[in-house]
Amino acid sequence: MAYGEKVLDHYENPRNVGKFDHNELDIGTGMVGAPACGDVMRLQIKVNDAGVIEDAVFKTYGCGSAIASSSLLTEWVKGKTLDEAKAIKNTQLAEELALPPVKIHCSVLAEDAINAAVEDYRKKHA
Amino acid sequence: MNEKTNKPIYLDYSATTPIDERVVTEMIKYMGPEGVFGNPASRSHAYGWTAEKAVEQARQQIADLVGADSREIIFTSGATESDNLAIKGSAHFNKKRGQHIITCKTEHKAVLDSCRQLEREGYEVTYLDPEENGLVDLEKLKAAMRDDTTLVSIMHVNNEIGVIQDIEAIGNACRERKIIFHVDAAQSAGKIPMNLENLPVDLMSFSAHKIYGPKGMGALYVQRKPRVRLEAQMHGGGHERGMRSGTLATHQIVGMGEAFRIAREEMATENERLITLRNRLWDGLKDMEEVYINGDIEQRVAGNLNISFNYVEGESLLMALKDLAISSGSACTSASLEPSYVLRALGRNDELAHSSIRFSMGRYTTNEDIDTTIAHVRAAVEKLRDLSPLWDMYKDGVDISSIEWAAH
Repeated sequence: MAYGEKVLDHYENPRNVGKFDHNELDIGTGMVGAPACGDVMRLQIKVNDAGVIEDAVFKTYGCGSAIASSSLLTEWVKGKTLDEAKAIKNTQLAEELALPPVKIHCSVLAEDAINAAVEDYRKKHA
Repeated sequence: MNEKTNKPIYLDYSATTPIDERVVTEMIKYMGPEGVFGNPASRSHAYGWTAEKAVEQARQQIADLVGADSREIIFTSGATESDNLAIKGSAHFNKKRGQHIITCKTEHKAVLDSCRQLEREGYEVTYLDPEENGLVDLEKLKAAMRDDTTLVSIMHVNNEIGVIQDIEAIGNACRERKIIFHVDAAQSAGKIPMNLENLPVDLMSFSAHKIYGPKGMGALYVQRKPRVRLEAQMHGGGHERGMRSGTLATHQIVGMGEAFRIAREEMATENERLITLRNRLWDGLKDMEEVYINGDIEQRVAGNLNISFNYVEGESLLMALKDLAISSGSACTSASLEPSYVLRALGRNDELAHSSIRFSMGRYTTNEDIDTTIAHVRAAVEKLRDLSPLWDMYKDGVDISSIEWAAH
């Protein structure tokens, strides 16, 4: 189990760990994965009136790469519009973290999480 | 970390053990040009004779530990080969009598994969479910026996959860039906006293490196009275009474013999010490929330503790515990995302199966090692639970099993 430096950094010092109240109107919540598969990610975004993500938090049950993928994603989505956030691809996360092939699914899960969070927010405002 | 060696604290004795210094000292005598290097099968000169004498002494030392006759010990390359030879060898030999085999889902892969191979050859195999505590239910085993069953293979001590099967009761049930009984004793030899003279076991696999002997060395006990017959799986010079050809590795065999001799002498005192260490470890962890011991705590080998830390994923826990050499029941580390098949067979739910850690203690484990381990584990579990959405949900009273997860 050799981990890349960036994975280790995010794992040792995860950014933006936390929880927002999912009932609040300005919060979008995405929870993806399954305990059976050993990964569950919860990503939450706080969106301002201009449709820009002001803040993001996460909690992840999963391996170090899953934790790092979600931690990095919370950094990336801040300051982005919903469409810009949705445009983030798992390959970008995987590349930044230098994930090995067996860990690519962690970055896929993170991409699913941001998509789900944006959908959740949009549903509330539909 | 162990402060003296600056290496992680080793708590993976079920995976392998270091070779005891006393064993190393013996083995070296059989290496190098000045050593006893002859081929034990060479009958025509003193080099061969002295090597053969050493091999026979080791055979006796191994037999002595388990109460066997030395002529019942066949040397192999390890417990995996012994399992292969026992299962395929007896199934092939008895093919005309029947083609049904019974084993258990929590067996070692060497047993399960040998059975899978026999299935490909047309045999039928029953894989028993263990009870929740990891033990095989004797009545269920008896119910699975058929007239065409020729072999039952049940391990003595499980490598992951350390539970001890009642091989005497299982063996008696096999004898009643004239079924051959094989026991994988890789994790029990030298840890549990046994006397094969009285035990109803026909075939038993041993490993050297699980009890401070060299890797690449094992043995198979093949009962003489009544005689159990096997079809060889390795053909060649007809060594080991035709059951396993190949030049005997004198230095390895001597190492195994010395390791078994030491185990016989020190087993009782060592077990007492290991149980104290195990209790110390469990006492240091058991007041944490949502921790569970996997496998029966009474019917358990001394040095093993397998614990699930609920709502924490095993691989991330191992990563947090990089100063400890331990293993996760979860096989995520080997790139497959399956949780431990042993824990799944016990009926553990997915979260618990994904969050198990095996601590296995041994000859060189100290109280200080255990105390450091407790502190590390508590801190790591706390850190990861702070990161875990499942822990949040548990704390909020959400029933995780009630959620429809989208499996990916």
